[in-house]
Amino acid sequence: MSNGTLEIKAISGHSGKAPGSGVSRDYDVCKLVDTTTCIGCKACEVACVEWNGYEFRETTFANTYQTMPETAWNFWNLIKFNEMETDSGMQWLMRKDQCMHCEEPGCLIACPADGAIVQYSNGIVDFNQANCIGCQYCVSGCPFNIPKFNAATKKVYKCTLCSDRVGAGLEPACIKSCPTGCLHFGSKEDMKFEAKKRVDQLIANGHNDAGIYNPGDPDPTPGVSSPGSIGGTHVIYVLNDAKHPENYALPADPSVPLFVKLWKGPLKWIGGLGMLAGLAALFGHYVRYGPKPLDEGDEGRRAQ
Amino acid sequence: MSDNIEVRHGTDIRKGEMVRYTLRERMCHWLSAVSYVYLLLSGLALFSPYLYWIAYILGGGPTIRFWHPWVGLVFFFVQMWMHTLWQREMKITDQDRQWGKTVKEYVTNRDEKVAPTGNFNYGQKQFYWAMFYSTLVLIITGLLMWFPEVVSLRAWGHSLMPVVIFLHCIAALVTIAAFMIHVYMGIVFVSGGLQGILWGHVPVSWAKTHHRLWFEKVQREDRSRISSSEF
Repeated sequence: MSNGTLEIKAISGHSGKAPGSGVSRDYDVCKLVDTTTCIGCKACEVACVEWNGYEFRETTFANTYQTMPETAWNFWNLIKFNEMETDSGMQWLMRKDQCMHCEEPGCLIACPADGAIVQYSNGIVDFNQANCIGCQYCVSGCPFNIPKFNAATKKVYKCTLCSDRVGAGLEPACIKSCPTGCLHFGSKEDMKFEAKKRVDQLIANGHNDAGIYNPGDPDPTPGVSSPGSIGGTHVIYVLNDAKHPENYALPADPSVPLFVKLWKGPLKWIGGLGMLAGLAALFGHYVRYGPKPLDEGDEGRRAQ
Repeated sequence: MSDNIEVRHGTDIRKGEMVRYTLRERMCHWLSAVSYVYLLLSGLALFSPYLYWIAYILGGGPTIRFWHPWVGLVFFFVQMWMHTLWQREMKITDQDRQWGKTVKEYVTNRDEKVAPTGNFNYGQKQFYWAMFYSTLVLIITGLLMWFPEVVSLRAWGHSLMPVVIFLHCIAALVTIAAFMIHVYMGIVFVSGGLQGILWGHVPVSWAKTHHRLWFEKVQREDRSRISSSEF
């Protein structure tokens, strides 16, 4: 993927238009995760930790294969081993969990720090720790519970979709490591096409509920419902049972929290304009009425 | 000259003056004011991207994120201290409600039509209570926002935090509206008000004009104090 796709599209906490926004782009990138061919080998977990230069952190054993309960500040890629009881026995629903790189990113909307979160025109949402102030508003804005706080550095971290690799024309580290080919990387359009091909195949094989998870995409794949209001994601899934994404620990209807939208939308404007209107009103009052006379019968004083 | 100065409640009183605020009240007020202004500026930087430049003046984003909660804690405790000093004075009375009916005359300087008022007028009392209750909301939401990693560890924490941040903003905006009016009234609109809260003394005539019932009460108390003393 060319460097051209790393043009900045939006910057958190930044007044005015983002520099470099609105420039024409060739394509946006996308990761496709076919959960039906994932074997839970965790190669992607290792590749992610290695590429990003972190130590392999402590794992948690909770009677499952899952490395730890959720992603961590230095562990951005986690296979969730969801277990589901059905009439025909236990289903083991493995899903690679990581940042979804939303088209309408709740983290970026919630962030107050200028330039701490950047969305590139190729769809990658990246954190710039140099500008992060550690307030963790991004955590509250994310519908997928992805950004994680490091108490030592007071910064928040998450999957970068390997923006450094992608910028150099390489695929993300997790994609490169997948032995079954359940991970794909390319343009969003191509990934949607690949996903649809796989879903058609699954349905032909009798998996009637198979579908694509690409919440809120304004241009959804025909025959695929895409609930949610985050404008589509740059990580999409093929699910065996797309009607019940909760079974894969995915939100059925992800959206930026209402109160984040209210606060960053109307409240910001009402508050800002209200403060200006208040100042103007006080100034107007002063010009119209002036200060109170100091004492009774002190009218002469004002003339001085 | 020094013979003409009487010291009462840490306040120098010359002829024709009286004590408006004791030294303790003034200290409390200005501690509260200084901490509030820091909270206002650092809070505004985080409220709107158009005001994030304030963060750079105050030492950068991470710096204000560190200090804002600590100063908030100071502000909270100063407010509680102020509450012990003024809580009784701030009770809203029937006289205040009478004054409230003439507030339009008050703000348009038709002062001869304004009902007489005590130590604090209705507007001052409303400002006080707006600040007091907003401070309670701000400290509760603020403590949750100080360590969101503790709150967000739980599933409900994720849905709670946006509401908490929203309420913090609303309460802060209430204090900003109240603060703007307070500063305008105290420094610009009511001449002599700033002197009272700075050095504690006001001219007797000022007290008679702006807080007649308080003036009369102090007069009565002084008379009884003097008549009951030896000389």
